[in-house]
Parts: sequence; C-alpha cells; structure tokens
Amino acid sequence: MGYIPHTDVERRQMLAAIGVTTIEDLFEAVPATHRFPRLKLPAPLSEVEVAREMLALAESNEHAQDFALFRGAGAYHHFIPSAVNHLLLRGEFYTAYTPYQPEFSQGTLQATFEYQSMMCALTGMDAANASHYDGATSLAEAVTVALQVTKGKRNKIILSPGIHPHYREVVRTYHQGRDVQIVGDDAPAQAAALADLLDDKTAMLAVQYPNFFGQIEDLAGLAEKVHRAGAVLVVVANPLALGMLKSPGSLGADIVVGDAQPVGVPLSFGGPYVGFFACKQEFVRKIAGRIVGESVDTDGRRAYVMTLRPREQDIKREKASSNICTNQGLMALGVSMYLALMGKTGLRQVAELNYHKAHYAADRIAALPGYQVNRERPFFNEFLVRCPQPVATLNQALVAEGIIGGYDVGQDYPHLAQHMLLCVTEMNPKEEIDVLVDVLGKVK
Amino acid sequence: MTLRMTMPEQVATPEPLEPLIYELSVPGRVGVNLPVCDVPAAPLPADLLRDDLKLPEVSELQVVRHYLKLSQLNHAIDKGFYPLGSCTMKYNPKLNEDMARLPGFAALHPLHDTEGAQGALALMYELQRWLGEISGFEAVSLAPAAGAQGEFAGILMIRRYHLDRGDTQRTKILVPNSAHGTNPATVTMAGFEVVELPSDERGDVDMNALKQVCREQGSSIAGMMITVPSTLGLFEEHILDVIETVHNAGGLMYMDGANMNALMGIVKPGELGFDVMHYNLHKTFSTPHGGGGPGSGPVGVNAKLKPFLPGPVVDILEEASEPDESPLYGFVMPSKSIGRLKAFQGNFGMHVRAYAYIRIYGDSGIRDVSRHAVLNANYVRARLMDTYKIPYPRYCGHEFVIEARLDGAESIHALDISKRLMDYGIHPPTNYFPLIVPEALLIEPTETETKETLDEFIDVMKKIAVEARQTPELLHTAPHHAPVKRLDEVRAAKQLVLCCAPALPGAAD
Repeated sequence: MGYIPHTDVERRQMLAAIGVTTIEDLFEAVPATHRFPRLKLPAPLSEVEVAREMLALAESNEHAQDFALFRGAGAYHHFIPSAVNHLLLRGEFYTAYTPYQPEFSQGTLQATFEYQSMMCALTGMDAANASHYDGATSLAEAVTVALQVTKGKRNKIILSPGIHPHYREVVRTYHQGRDVQIVGDDAPAQAAALADLLDDKTAMLAVQYPNFFGQIEDLAGLAEKVHRAGAVLVVVANPLALGMLKSPGSLGADIVVGDAQPVGVPLSFGGPYVGFFACKQEFVRKIAGRIVGESVDTDGRRAYVMTLRPREQDIKREKASSNICTNQGLMALGVSMYLALMGKTGLRQVAELNYHKAHYAADRIAALPGYQVNRERPFFNEFLVRCPQPVATLNQALVAEGIIGGYDVGQDYPHLAQHMLLCVTEMNPKEEIDVLVDVLGKVK
Repeated sequence: MTLRMTMPEQVATPEPLEPLIYELSVPGRVGVNLPVCDVPAAPLPADLLRDDLKLPEVSELQVVRHYLKLSQLNHAIDKGFYPLGSCTMKYNPKLNEDMARLPGFAALHPLHDTEGAQGALALMYELQRWLGEISGFEAVSLAPAAGAQGEFAGILMIRRYHLDRGDTQRTKILVPNSAHGTNPATVTMAGFEVVELPSDERGDVDMNALKQVCREQGSSIAGMMITVPSTLGLFEEHILDVIETVHNAGGLMYMDGANMNALMGIVKPGELGFDVMHYNLHKTFSTPHGGGGPGSGPVGVNAKLKPFLPGPVVDILEEASEPDESPLYGFVMPSKSIGRLKAFQGNFGMHVRAYAYIRIYGDSGIRDVSRHAVLNANYVRARLMDTYKIPYPRYCGHEFVIEARLDGAESIHALDISKRLMDYGIHPPTNYFPLIVPEALLIEPTETETKETLDEFIDVMKKIAVEARQTPELLHTAPHHAPVKRLDEVRAAKQLVLCCAPALPGAAD
C-alpha cells in the first residue's frame, strides 16, 4: 500500500536475514512506555479519492485562471512558457538533491552556473549564489554580509520604508539575537532622505527598485553617499523590471537581492519562490549559500562543481555566517529556463508590456472622479491610488464582477489608509483593464 | 551518453558535454511568442532605461534540448538508487506534482482575501493538525522554508521563551558532536554560544558529560539540540534521561526532525518531552528535493512555546454554524511570535504535496512508512556486516554508518568507494559525515526501495570490497562510467569562475 513495495514473503526473508521475527523487534531502544502510539489521522484514500478531494479544495479558491488579477505587492502573475513546466517535470532534475557528487550532478551544476550568469547579467553584479529561500531572506542574509564586511565595528542598518513590509519584518526576525540597530523605515519613502541617516556606525543602506509602491526611485548619487560613509549599498530589485531598467550594478550597488518569482515561478499562494543574491567580486567569500564554479575533470574536460565550500555550515559549523543548506534549487532552474526562453529581446518586451498596460490603467483610473494616482515618481507595473472608498469595499465589489482588486496598503502603512496598490501585467488584456475601470467608477 | 564527434589527434582537451546556453546564442533569435501591446504605448523614461541585457538568444527547441541534455547528466531517484544518508531520498509520488499544479493552488495570490482562499487555508490547517498528531505537539507552524530555517525558528523560540520569563542569563545551547552542521550554525545565528557534547562508545550522548555541564553551567543553558535517531542512525538509549537532565537545568529541548522517517507511529517526540522540533517535508513527507530545494521545514511545539511560533499560522476564525459546513479559516500571528521567517506564508506548494502524501497513507499507513524504512536499513546493515566495519553493534533506525576502512586495502578511502559506486549506477551514500566516525559512509535506503534493489546494492558493495584489495587503482581513478571524471576542486576555488556572462561574444558594457 502507499508507495511501499514489500510483499509478505520478502518481509519474512529480510527479517530472517536480520535475525528478528517482527519489524517491531527493531525498535527495542525506544522507551516501551511511549512506543507505537495511536495516530488520530483520517483513513487512507486511493489516488482517485485524494485527487478528487484536493481538486475540490483547489477550486474553492479564487484564482488567477478564473479571475482577472490586479494584485501584486511582492507576488506577480506573469506568463510562463509551457516549456518551463515540462522541463521542470524531468525526474532527473526534481528528484535529485544538492550536487554534492559533481560527477553525478553535472546537469544541476551547469544549470546553476548558467542561472548565476543570468542573475549577474540582470543585476550588473560579478557573482551570484545558487539561491536563498526568497527575496526577504536574501535581504536578511545581505545584512549579515554587511555586518561582516564592516568587521563587526558597525551595527546600524538603514532600511527604506519603500521595501516590502514583509521583507523588513524578516530582517528583524533574522537579526533579533544580534546587536543590530535597524532604522529608516519610519521616515518618508524617498531614497534621498535616507542618506541623511548615514554615519560611521552604518553598515548598510537598502532600497527597493522599483519600491513597494511600484515607483522607480532616483538612485543617482545614492551609492556615492553610501560609499563615502563606508557602508554597503544593497538594492532589492524586481528582476522583470530589470528587463528594461538600468541595472543596480550600473547605479553603484554592492549587493543586489530580490525574489525571482516574477520571472518564471507561479504564484502558488506565496511559495516556493526563489531569493536571488548577487554581489561584487570583493564580497564573494563572505556570502552564504551554494556557489557553483567552473573547473575541469581529470581528463581536462570543462565541468562544474560547488565551490568556496569552506564558508558553509556543514564544514564551518558554528563559525558559519548562515545555516542555509537546502535552498530553492528547482525554482532557480525554472528561472533560468524562463530567462533563456525570453532572451534579451523577450524579457525587454514583457517588461515594456507591463509598463504600458500599467500606465494605460493608471491614466484611465486617474480620470475617474474621486481617484487620485500617485505620480511622484515614474512607475513600472504597479501604482498607488487614493480611493474614494475603503479598499475592502472596492475589492468586494470587484470580486463580484470576477476581478481581484489591488492590495490594501493601509494595512501596513497607516498614513496610506484608503490607498490601493494596483498591479497590471501582460496577463491583463485591455478588456480586463476596461472592466476594472468601469467597476471602480460605479462603486458608490 | 551520446557519442562525441571524432576528436582531432593530439588534442588534450575533450569537448564539454553540453555547451553553455550562452554558447548557443545567436543575435536576433527569439524563443517565445508574446502578445502584442493592445493599449496605447506610454512614453518610456529614457534616462532610467538600460542599454543592453546579456541574456542568451535561443529558440524554444534549443532550450528544450539543452535542458533535456543537462537533465540526463544527473543521477536522480527516478533513475536509480540514491542512498544518501540523512537526506531521505524516497520516491516522490507523481500525484503530488499534479496536485501542486492545480490552478486553484498554483495561480492563487498569497495576499488574497481570506474568504476567497478557504480551500488553501483549510489544507494548511489540516496539515498543521496532522503534523502535530504525528509528533505529539500542541501546535505547528508551516512558515519555515527549509529544515535549517525550522531549526532557526526553534532556537529563536527558545530564546524568546527565556527572555519572556525575564531569564536573561541563558546564553548557551548544547549540541552533540554527531550533529548536522546546521545545528551549531543555527545556534550562532540566533545569538547563542555552542557547547559541544561528546558521544559515548555506543554512539549516544555521553551522559556523564551532559550531567556535568548541566551541574556546572545549568543556569546559563538555554537548551539542547539533538537529532533522533541520531545522525549515526541510532535511537538514543537514554533519551528520557537526556530530556529530564536538561529540563532540570531549566533548558528546553529541541529535536532535529531530519530523521523523522524512522519515527512516525513509532514514538511521538512531544510525548517524550521535547519542547520543539522541525519536520523536513522534503525528507519524511516525500516532497521532491529539487536538486537542492525547495524544502519546507514546519515547526511543532508544546503549549509552552505555542505563543512564540513563527507566523502567520492558520486558525479557525469562526466556527461553522451548521455541522456539515466548514469553519472560516484565516491567518493569525501568534501573540508573542518570533516574527516572519519569509515573505507571505511558507512554501505552500510543498504543503500541498505533503497533504497528498499523508492522505494516501492515512492513520493505518503512516506507521508502515517508518517500519519499512527501518526494515530496509537493518537488512542492508545485516548483510554488509561481514564485509565492512560497522561501528555500533545495535539495530539501526532508518540509516546506518559504515567505517569505510578495509583490511588489506589501506589506500582506499570512503571517497574512493563512493566514486566507484557511480560506475554501478548507484548514487554514493553521504561521505565523511557524521564527523565522529572516520571514513564514514552514511547509508539510508528508504522504504520505497525493493528488496531486489537492496540486494543489488549489497552485491555491488561486496564486489567493491574485493576490487579494493585486488585492483585499488580502479577505485582511486573512479568513476569511469559517469558523465565526467573526478573534478579539480582546487582549481574551481582558486580561479573562481562563477559566471560566464563576461565571456559573451561582443559583450561590452
């Protein structure tokens, strides 16, 4: 039953070879008082029944195949070519593990090397690791690197309030056991004001690009100020936006992190996603996670292998800077496949589609009475709208029309009550946008 | 393996097995069919745009062939035996993959309104309950993204628990020297100091050392991390004594649940007295390892630690009004939570797979998983005992360790045996771990392997022992039949080529 292949005859043969009469005899070291407890679980089901039950659970959710989705806020509904899923379902990829044995893992290793290369190209950095759990944990790991490169003499971390609220929470979770001062995210959302907080205790300053509100902040000059103060500039980036925007590397970033979910990973109710982490060459030996390097085998054939292993927990143990072991390998692989299919022109095209559609939606909503679109900065595929009604009320009306509306920003930013963050992507045809605008215009 | 082109004579460098995707690139080639823009174009902000983007330009078929070829260079569970100790490389059921890809799960936005995500929330709620039942814990959070993150959550909870009681002196965590590397690394990350404990001659925690540490440093001990069964595959014989000793010193007990595949329906860690543990859904609950993740590392806790769980967790917001109706589920943040561990709410796709897995086995089947995992390991152990040195003379759990030193083959190391196994189409066991056994090979067959596969592995291991004595060179130069020979790891670390983008033809930034 289940996936256990043993027959009665085989069990008997195996027990005889071991020299016991029952399987239970093998558990003599477990305290008898606690051995073989009853498990109050539901009864087993057949594959047919499990599939039926789970389909019902799935279908009770309001999902992006049935609804027009205009919500982003850190997780985005984008087109993923069919080839990606087909290739990810190759058992040779998804039923393998960490490539500890390079001779038996060249597929995973070369694909990871290519992934690292693509992330370097997008971000304008020199090196990238094989991934972190998600964008938020990548940012938290960047803090660790910044504390290390400033040799423990600096403990102030400046976070822009324009960084995703969950990401900022995760940084605080990760560093609660350390003497670290996290500041900046109660200030106004503009990058320029953050620079005023720089001092000789600052290890790092981080901004998001585009920021949580979709705005493309003016980073010109920021890197110079951060570097003059002796700190590290970390940019949290949306990799799809980097299909058209200047790379953070060209703007002076030292470390670029983020979530690669927008480039090839389904929404999947929040995970698994994939945190990318790219940096300048000088930080490579300080970063956490798997890194794949090029080498040769004993025949001189080009091949790939995990490298700089002495940084990692299984070797360095309590002196390792992070405990990360399993990362998001398969999602990183999917991202590489997506980026290979999109290529240099395709990714630019998708990025521009997002830009144009978001601007079309913003222009039409701005023309509705009572709605005000924030245009302080250029935006990519998300924009902030001040609404005439509470966002929850509007979203209720929208869902009745088959539309999932924007994110209620007031939940995280009390001064932005009644502000909706709308996201428009290449998945929203013009007709969907027009219906969204019509419904918003009609809510009384 | 495909046949390579005829090599020109005297060329020392063989061709790479597959070109890099960048080497397949031809300027102007496109691999995707995208929609045309159906809205008026907005002016682009020229000063913010990049000039160039160094991504490959390849066709869809090229991409498909490239990754298919790469996949064939991997070993994987679907291809053959993979007894990688401490990783539980069991079969990954195909049903689970289909379930995770249902649009109702895969296309569900993580910030969707509670009312419209009831199916997903119900699934998470049930999985929390089932995991709690299997391990005997009061509450479970599915938030951690991997086992290591579950460990981190557990140790942070222990930290918060003591601080919450105003006990600020507890700065140390005890860790046995057989522990996974993640354990001591976790302790440091959480701001604690590691106190390493020796093991005794039976592979258990040295009780005298433990009692001495607790006597001398008791008030500074925040807790202890221990893997059950241990990384040696042994069920700790004094486990109740270990737990009591640490509790008496005021510390809490963390169980590393990496080896839970030996314990389901055998014993509940919560009932033994553990305060907190993590599960590895990608080990015990069959979610795929993905070539290095994604994992999922839920944490279970007793009532003491429940308020500190990482969030959000799923709870019932409103009970059902009628018996045949569903309650209203929703996310809540535990009252004294250590906080968020990642954006949104855990690796949901892995929760879906684990749900399907538990549902297939159910109450009567889950125990069979662990029974057969332990049966398989003991069978291989018993049959290899005459050929290899097996350090601890006891029944093992779901895995066991060999000391890979053969009399009459002194030049042979664990690594040589590992590499030679590849020539027989078998993935090597975990080598050189646990650290306390010299030349360790940690072997974990899992319950989904047939007796025939185990017998074949046993035969190969015996044959390799003969080869080691008769033709040691065969092992030193292995593998001979893998896609590549042994790698030059020193060169990789010295030359440090980590990305190919700078070598792109015509790439000038």
